[in-house]
Formats: sequence, C-alpha cells, structure tokens
Amino acid sequence: MDFTYTSEQESLRDSVRRFVEREYGWEERFRIIRSADGVAPGHWATFAELGWLGAGLSEEAGGFGGGAIENALIAEELGRALVTEPFNAHVMATQLLAALPVDTASDLTAAIVMGEQRIIPALQEPAGRGDWRQVEARAIGTALTGTKSLVEGAMSADRLIVSARSKDGIALYLVDPHAEGVTLSPYRTLDNRRVADIHFADAPVTLLANGAVAETAIETAIDHGLLTLCGEALGIMDTALWATRDYLKVRKQFGTALGNFQALQHRMADMLIETEMTRSILLSALGAMEGDDPLPRTAAVSAAKVQASTGGLFVASQAIQLHGGIGVTEELNISHHYRRLYVIARQLGDVDLHLARFADATDQAAA
Amino acid sequence: MQSSYSEEDKAFRAEVRAFVEASLPADLARRGRYDYHPRREDQARWAAILATKGWSVPHWPIAYGGPDWTGVQRFIFEDEMRRAHAPTMDRIGPELVAPVLYTFGSEEQRQTYLPAIRTGQTFWAQGFSEPGSGSDLSSLRTRAVRDGDDYVVTGQKTWTTEGHHADMIFMLVRTNMEGKPQAGISALLIDLKNPGITRRPIWTIDEGLTVNEFFFDDVRVPVENLVGEEGAGWSYAKFLLGNERTASAEVPHTKRDITQLRAIAQVERKNGRPLIEDTTFRAKLARIEIDTMALETAVLRALTAASHGGGAIASLVKVRGSELRQRIADLADEALGDRGLALCLNPEGQHPMFDDGLTSPVPDHGIGIAAKAMFRRATTIYGGANEIQRTLIAKTVLEL
Ligand SMILES: Cc1cc2nc3c(=O)[nH]c(=O)nc-3n(C[C@H](O)[C@H](O)[C@H](O)COP(=O)(O)OP(=O)(O)OC[C@H]3O[C@@H](n4cnc5c(N)ncnc54)[C@H](O)[C@@H]3O)c2cc1C
Repeated sequence: MDFTYTSEQESLRDSVRRFVEREYGWEERFRIIRSADGVAPGHWATFAELGWLGAGLSEEAGGFGGGAIENALIAEELGRALVTEPFNAHVMATQLLAALPVDTASDLTAAIVMGEQRIIPALQEPAGRGDWRQVEARAIGTALTGTKSLVEGAMSADRLIVSARSKDGIALYLVDPHAEGVTLSPYRTLDNRRVADIHFADAPVTLLANGAVAETAIETAIDHGLLTLCGEALGIMDTALWATRDYLKVRKQFGTALGNFQALQHRMADMLIETEMTRSILLSALGAMEGDDPLPRTAAVSAAKVQASTGGLFVASQAIQLHGGIGVTEELNISHHYRRLYVIARQLGDVDLHLARFADATDQAAA
Repeated sequence: MQSSYSEEDKAFRAEVRAFVEASLPADLARRGRYDYHPRREDQARWAAILATKGWSVPHWPIAYGGPDWTGVQRFIFEDEMRRAHAPTMDRIGPELVAPVLYTFGSEEQRQTYLPAIRTGQTFWAQGFSEPGSGSDLSSLRTRAVRDGDDYVVTGQKTWTTEGHHADMIFMLVRTNMEGKPQAGISALLIDLKNPGITRRPIWTIDEGLTVNEFFFDDVRVPVENLVGEEGAGWSYAKFLLGNERTASAEVPHTKRDITQLRAIAQVERKNGRPLIEDTTFRAKLARIEIDTMALETAVLRALTAASHGGGAIASLVKVRGSELRQRIADLADEALGDRGLALCLNPEGQHPMFDDGLTSPVPDHGIGIAAKAMFRRATTIYGGANEIQRTLIAKTVLEL
C-alpha cells in the first residue's frame, strides 16, 4: 500500500491551491456569492483551461486519465476556500456520461471537459429527501413531467440529465433547460450556493439510457458525487481545524492564550481525530472505487459519507464554539465552514440514509 | 414531597392560558411561530397588553408593579407564553437590568426607569462584552473618567443583543485602573442617543441581525447614572448574570419546539409515509423529549430551591438547556428534508442583509426553522460559554 500522491496528483493539487489563493480571497468570495449568478464569470473556463474538468475521468471516457482520487483532490482544495462553482455536479455529469454507451455520450463529454458546454444532472426530487432512488418524475415517450430539487448549477446549464420513470423502468434523459415546459425556480441554500427546483410539464426530452444501464450509471455517478463531497468536506474540516488552532494561539483571556486551557486542547485533539478519520475513510473508499464489485464500493462510499457528515459537523460546530462570539458572525469564514458542512451532511442523502445504505450493502455482501 | 404541579399551579396555568388565548393578537402569534429575531414593535405591543393585567414583569416585586409570583408560577407563565407563540419578550430590561435597579439602584433611578420597562416603552441593551473581554469580563477596558458632574466614557462594546432596538444601555466600565481588575469596574446607565455613540450592526450566521457593536467616543454621562457605588459594578454584574443563566435553560421554548416538530413530522413524508412513523426519527425525537423532561424537572427543582446542584444549578441547566436547543433546532431542520437546506430570510423582516429577489421554496410550516438552526450555534456561547460553566460546576459543586 502507498498513501502518497503521485507527482501528477501533487501538481494537480498545487495548481488548484494556487488558483484558490490567487483568485478566491475572502472578499472576492463575498462579491461572488452576493452577485446575481452566485458564481464568478470566467472561473469555469479557467477550470477547463487548467485541465481540472477532465482530470477525474479516464481516457476511454474522454478525460485525462484520472479517476475519483483526482476529483476528491480538486474538491478538497476548492473546499478550503468554499468555492461555489458546482464542481460536484460536473463530476456527476461526466461520470454519468462515462457509464453510458460510448456513442451517445462521447461528443457531449468532449464539450463539457473543454468547458464549452455545461451539463448538470438533476436526479433528486423534493419528496425523496436526498434519496435519488425515489423517482416520481414520469416520461411518456419523449415528454417528461415532474419536479427535481436542489439542482446545483441549473441556471448556467446548457443541458440537463434528468432521471424519470418510463415504461422501461428508470431512464435518463437529456433535456434542454430552455425548452418549452421547463421552468426553473432558483433559490439560495444555507451555504450561499445557487440552486434551482426544476419543473417539467410535458417537456421534450431525448432518451439517453434506461433500465439496468441507467440505474447502474446513476449509482456510479452518485458514488463519484459522494466522494467529491467527502473530499470537499475534508478540505473544509482541515481548514477550520487549523484556523481554530491558530486562533487559540493568539486569543488571550484570563491573561493567557486560550490554547493553554486543557479543556480546549482536548477539544482540538478530538477535532483532529475526526478530521483524520475522515481522511482515512475517504482514502479507503477511493480504493474501493477501483474494484469491480459494486457492493463493497457502495458500502465504502456510504461509510465515507457518514463519517464526513458527522465529523464535519463536529469539527465545524466546535470551530465556532472555540472562536466564541466571533465564530457566529457572517464576516468570519468559520460560520461559512459550518454552513457548507451542514449542507454537505445532507446533500445526496443524510446520515440516516447512508447508514441504511451501508448496512444493506454489507448484508448483501455477507449473504 | 410533591413532584408534580399542585392544584393551585394547575388553576394558575388555566388562568394564564385563558388570558393569553383571548389577548394575543393573531399577527404577533404568527410571527412568534416563525421565531425569527423578534421586532421591537411586537415586543412592545405585547408588553403593553400584559401590563394591563399586571403580568408584563413576572418576577418583579409588587412594590414596582410586578405580580410577585413564585418561581414555579413564572415557569408556568413562560410555558404558556411559548405554547401560544407569543413573541419572545425582551429579557434585558425586565429580567436583567430591572432587578439590578430595584435591588441596588437609587430611588430616582427606580422611578425614572422601572415604569417604562414594565410597560414596554423603553428597551435596554446589556453592554458588558468587549472585543478583548468575553469570557474574561474583568479585563474590560472601556473607561469612564470623572469630569465635574459627568463621567466621560471612551471605549467599545460588542455583541450587544438587540442594541439596534435599545434606548438605553446598562454598561460596565472601568473607573479605576489600579488594584484588582474586578474592583475598578462600575455600572453606568447610558442613553444611546448621547452624542459620541456609534453603532455597527453585526450580521450573524443566520443572516439575521440581533447583535451590534457600539463605539463610545468621549460620551458624557451624568454621575446620577452610576448604579450603586463606584467600583461595585462587578458584584451587580454577577447578580445579573446569575439571573440570565437560569432563564437560559429555555425549557418552555424547547417544549414548544418539540410540539412544532411533531406537527412538522406529521406533514413531512419519508419513503411515502409520514415522517413521524419513521423509527429512526422517532428515536431521535424521543431522546430529545426525555432529555427535556429531565431538564424541566431540574429547572423546577432549582426554582423551588431544593436542588443538590448548589449554587451551580443555574450553570448546570444552562449547559444542558443550550445544547438541547441546538439539537431540537437541528432535528426540526432535518425533518424538512431538502427544504431545510434552503435559505429563507424572514418574510416579514425589516432588515434583510440583502435582497436577492429569489423565492425560497420553504413551505409555511418550515419558515424560520433553518435560520433558527444556524443561530442556535450561539446558545452555547452567550450567557457565559459552556466551557466556563463547566469549570464553574467543577469548582463550586465538585470542589475540584
Ligand atoms: C448571540 C450573542 C449574543 C450576546 N449578547 C450579549 C449582550 O447582550 N451583552 C453582552 O455584554 N455580551 C453578549 N454576548 C457576548 C457573550 O457573553 C460572549 O460571547 C461570551 O461570553 C464569550 O466571550 P467571547 O465571545 O469573547 O469568547 P472567548 O472568551 O474568546 O472564548 C472563546 C472560547 O474559549 C473558551 N474559553 C474561554 N476561556 C476559557 C477557560 N478559562 N477555560 C476553558 N475555555 C475557555 C470559551 O468557552 C469559548 O469556547 C453575546 C454573544 C453572542 C454570541
């Protein structure tokens, strides 16, 4: 075993880190989240130029030869600065396409990896509470009706990939968001990201895949999306942890630095333990992604999501607590670390959902 | 021993319930249900209504217009207020400042300030914390220098709750740089309209406004506004903070949150069934309810002064109560599923940090829940952070 990154992976990480340091300062981020679109014009093109949009995709699928590790790594660095671009949605879109028959998908993949087109998956519905397997949207022929919720990046999407029930089971459709019968209702989530609910009323759609192929593609894309979220959570946790450590070294009360209080030292130690457990379980899940057997992969990914969610909330809530009053202010990044981790803990399924998914997968594997 | 409510208590509860049901205006109840930071007009209106019945200041002695209720009666009253979604009342004037004034203040101060607090005409802020002085309040640096018949005040206060609604501020200031830090602290009553005072709003994690920062630049305050003796401010502050902590268990509010959560869980669905039928959810809710039962009894024990927590009972219930407040708000938000992740600014708010023109998809039963879950990160910090309370418990009860 070897848990060190390759030199390519290291230089990928450095490139994301440099971008974030140069282009994504805290003031800059405020301007972005207060803007009409909630994302910066031009940043996505930079992502494409720097090769990040294809970094986590195999060469056969039209990418640059990487996989889930590269995506998690990019997400970790983007998480450090709470970048609002919908990278996670992009990862799911590319992985969805990669899991579909090559001829339908490859043109699209080439365009999105180059940043020329943006394709966004819309897989969950309000009633599903984050469970992408609960699909009520319906397609009759090539007309789709239903509602998808919490779709990140919807407002800038050129195409949507939407799941719906068809006469052949769950199916995936390509949809033009500007087509008649498609209505977008944008709103902001607690972490200041721009999402939309999308309502379809007999909207014209193109079938991409159905039945087992579609279902497998969805599970694969979700697993990739979950790991990207875990990577992002890890970056945020790590940042909040060390920012809090630094604060405890300088903040003085009772004539001494807060870091001298044993109660706070132990709390920081617990925060580090949660962060390292998250890092470890993420690495374990990234390893499981390389195997061919879907059950251990499912179990490992859900395990990572559970740990990243609970560990993330612990670290972020304690980061606030140890900062005291200043920690609950809008101005300081600590409150935003919390807000993003709060959302991540529920995105693509909450802790209860992933505990059950883990238990089901391990049961089946044992049977 | 009688560990349940007496017949008189029950009759009292019925009386309060009947009055509140008959007198609480519907628009106040609606906003009370959303539970955003309350507006001053709502608090003032409700205080005035309660004052007609002599109920606006539950723990004041009769001499100053209070009903002189027992601790248990006050608890029952609060319970009924929360149950009916009455606006959360301003605590700072009636519960924190007023007891200091009628216990330690001059006759003139009592007459000047108490009636207007009782009827909801004057609102107060509590100016203790400073950027450099939070948990260690005794290190505060805002100075008051005597100059003729005035004190001249210079410095900065922060985290002043409802400072933007307040007319007056109860301030801790340093009047003496020598000796033990506590000994040089005095308490001043300052009119916030005084020249030399500037306010900066501090927006919080819920994108709401409740705390503020105040800058004092050579502000002249007449010496009559000194409370009690110069240099004795620290003991008044400790008296005040003791009152704050017992109240901050906020059991009635948590009970009302539980009722609200049950209602949400009946409407929300999971896997096609009402959420309230989901075993995992039920277990989490049950655990919170059990913890609340224990806490409620602990608070009642404290209020009847028969507890074994000794002087630290206030700290003990503050720690558990503040954590429960966070857990119940988080669970309510979780119950909303996807909708709990949407930002939902106060639909009747007067001070949105910014207006993005977007419509939140949150249903009526979910309005205010996410903001509450965010803001409650502060319950374990304000009123004396929980770490400080735990140390106090360890020292005073466990004698460690
Ligand atoms: C929403 C809100 C409303 C408030 N309202 C008011 C108000 O109206 N008026 C007012 O005067 N103040 C108010 N406060 C201020 C509040 O009392 C302080 O925030 C609180 O006392 C903590 O101080 P601090 O923020 O400076 O944190 P710090 O004192 O810097 O503490 C930071 C962290 O270190 C821990 N810590 C500090 N000392 C020790 C120790 N000795 N041992 C172990 N741990 C320690 C704390 O527990 C905390 O976790 C309010 C605060 C908030 C957040």
